[in-house]
Amino acid sequence: MEFLFALLVGALFTVSVYLFLSRHLIRILMGAAILGNAVNLLIFTTGRVTREVPPIIAPDLPTLEVAAANPLPQALILTAIVISFSFFAFLLVLGYRAFEELKTDDTEEMRVAEPVDDPAPPLGY
Amino acid sequence: MASPSPTPVDLSAAMVMAPSSPSDWLVVLPVAWCLLAGAILLMIRRRTELQAGLAIAALSLLALMDLALLSRVVADGPVTMTMGRWLPPFGISFTVDVLGAVFAFTSALVAVAAAVFARGDVDANGRRYGFYPFLMLLMGGVSGAFLTGDVFNLYVWFEVLLISSFGLLVLGSTREQIDGATKYAFLNLVATTLFLITTAYLYGLFGTLNMADIAVKAPALRGTAPLMTLTTLYLLAFGMKAAAFPVNFWLPASYHTPKLVVSALFGGLLTKVGVYALLRTQIMLFPLERGELATLIAIVAALTMLLGVLGALAQNDQRRAVGFLVVSGIGVMMAGLALGNPGGLSGAVLYGVHSMVVMAGLYFAVGLGARVSGTFLLSDGGGIHAARAGLSFVTLALLLSVAGLPPFSGLWPKVMLVRAALEAGAGWLAAAILVTGLLTLVAAGRVFALAHWRPAQIEAPRAAARAGDRGALASLVVLTALSVVFGLWPEPVIALAQKAAAGLLDPSAYILSVFPGEVPQ
Repeated sequence: MEFLFALLVGALFTVSVYLFLSRHLIRILMGAAILGNAVNLLIFTTGRVTREVPPIIAPDLPTLEVAAANPLPQALILTAIVISFSFFAFLLVLGYRAFEELKTDDTEEMRVAEPVDDPAPPLGY
Repeated sequence: MASPSPTPVDLSAAMVMAPSSPSDWLVVLPVAWCLLAGAILLMIRRRTELQAGLAIAALSLLALMDLALLSRVVADGPVTMTMGRWLPPFGISFTVDVLGAVFAFTSALVAVAAAVFARGDVDANGRRYGFYPFLMLLMGGVSGAFLTGDVFNLYVWFEVLLISSFGLLVLGSTREQIDGATKYAFLNLVATTLFLITTAYLYGLFGTLNMADIAVKAPALRGTAPLMTLTTLYLLAFGMKAAAFPVNFWLPASYHTPKLVVSALFGGLLTKVGVYALLRTQIMLFPLERGELATLIAIVAALTMLLGVLGALAQNDQRRAVGFLVVSGIGVMMAGLALGNPGGLSGAVLYGVHSMVVMAGLYFAVGLGARVSGTFLLSDGGGIHAARAGLSFVTLALLLSVAGLPPFSGLWPKVMLVRAALEAGAGWLAAAILVTGLLTLVAAGRVFALAHWRPAQIEAPRAAARAGDRGALASLVVLTALSVVFGLWPEPVIALAQKAAAGLLDPSAYILSVFPGEVPQ
């Protein structure tokens, strides 16, 4: 099961890196969305895929009897989902504003902060 | 349903039974205070006239808390507090050692100076859009990153400071800012995601996220687990956060675009959080693996410092030149990380403290200078010395401090790093540090000659004296004075840096503070 998940995680990372390599902001945004999901699935897989048994100790037992689901990766993923969601929301608005202000979504043409024809500093007085 | 449990449960096996002593609360207080103050300022963000005073008071209190924490840690060794009563490694631990406390205190000092400077730099509109709440939340993230003892928690604080920094970066929404922020946001997303990926692998291998627990368990796993992969991925992720070459290009693309006080905060604090995380993971958690990577880190360090200062030499805009000087300083700190000996590490910590203060001060100086001459460009600049000799003098002191000349603070860390490099037999790294110092002096001297010393080239707009001008000058003078005092009387800070480096190299006190009794194997 972990093997299949590892393949899926690899595929998601591949897609997201491919999208990130694009010059167009909208594709990079989609890459960011997939990247977040790829990482969440990775955390889930590294926590080991175990049976869907809740880790609750029966009242008459001192410890867990059967192998149960690992709750910690789920807590980590929950945190990561919240963060990547807010991140993505910000990036969406930022990408839209960049398109409005700079009239392009091509990152090669986004040279307002670092102009191409920036003069060299003077060599003397 | 709640029937009494038939088997008696020994809670002390899993939970902290004794209540935390009040002085232990000091460990989490800086973070809690920043978040609380940020929330309060957010609620009253329309009362723009109240914001600055409250934020300055809150940040001054933060500096006092960090100072108390620092003196406690220096006196008693590392302090730990674990959340939710769960015993470590199950609860999230905040563990403060000298390294974290020194950086937290210095960052709080810089934040106070920035809050004072901002009174004249951020207008009512910027305040209404939440400059001061963002500043408090940024400091919450920075303090949390310095104080936490848990890797995943470190990731969360990185995100807190990152998201606050987005807010600060786009405050004002000029075209340059949107352009710079786009690159900053996407590249930092990649960096933090790499951090998270590595943390996922770390959890998969160790089954724990507590730093002290990892440091204990690493030797046993060394033969079987791919710790080298973890260390290399952390190096890449934090190197990107710290703006080390070749993953530094987001910094010069964005740091000159926001308001100057924001540039000063970012240049002073944010990259140092990356350096701190590098020190923490590479030295304390995976020291042997770092030894294998030492040559790579040294090459990265030399390239970062040299290309950083060459970038500074090529810039016409003073803000962009200072941005490249920040990058160059990261290279100097990475040199200490590459050496990994006590001298190199204390030099790196010392340089971090120096760089926080001086880089923030330099951005302030550039901003105040531009108010006088009316431009940031070297080609049009001039006349600041004729108009405001005092401001020009303070700026020169900061420029010389960045270059590492006595009697300013830049000298001592470079002396320690060069000596450590020579002791380790890395003469070329020592040479790189010295050449960087010389080139920095050229870049700094040119800024002074062109923007300050020569007669004015353009008609400066007669700017009306802004409210908060005196406060801005005062915060600049205080930061410069810190640099001078530390340059003339370096022993206390050097002793602290050596203590911080010793705590990293031998984390037994750190581990003992997390696991006071039996260390789990």
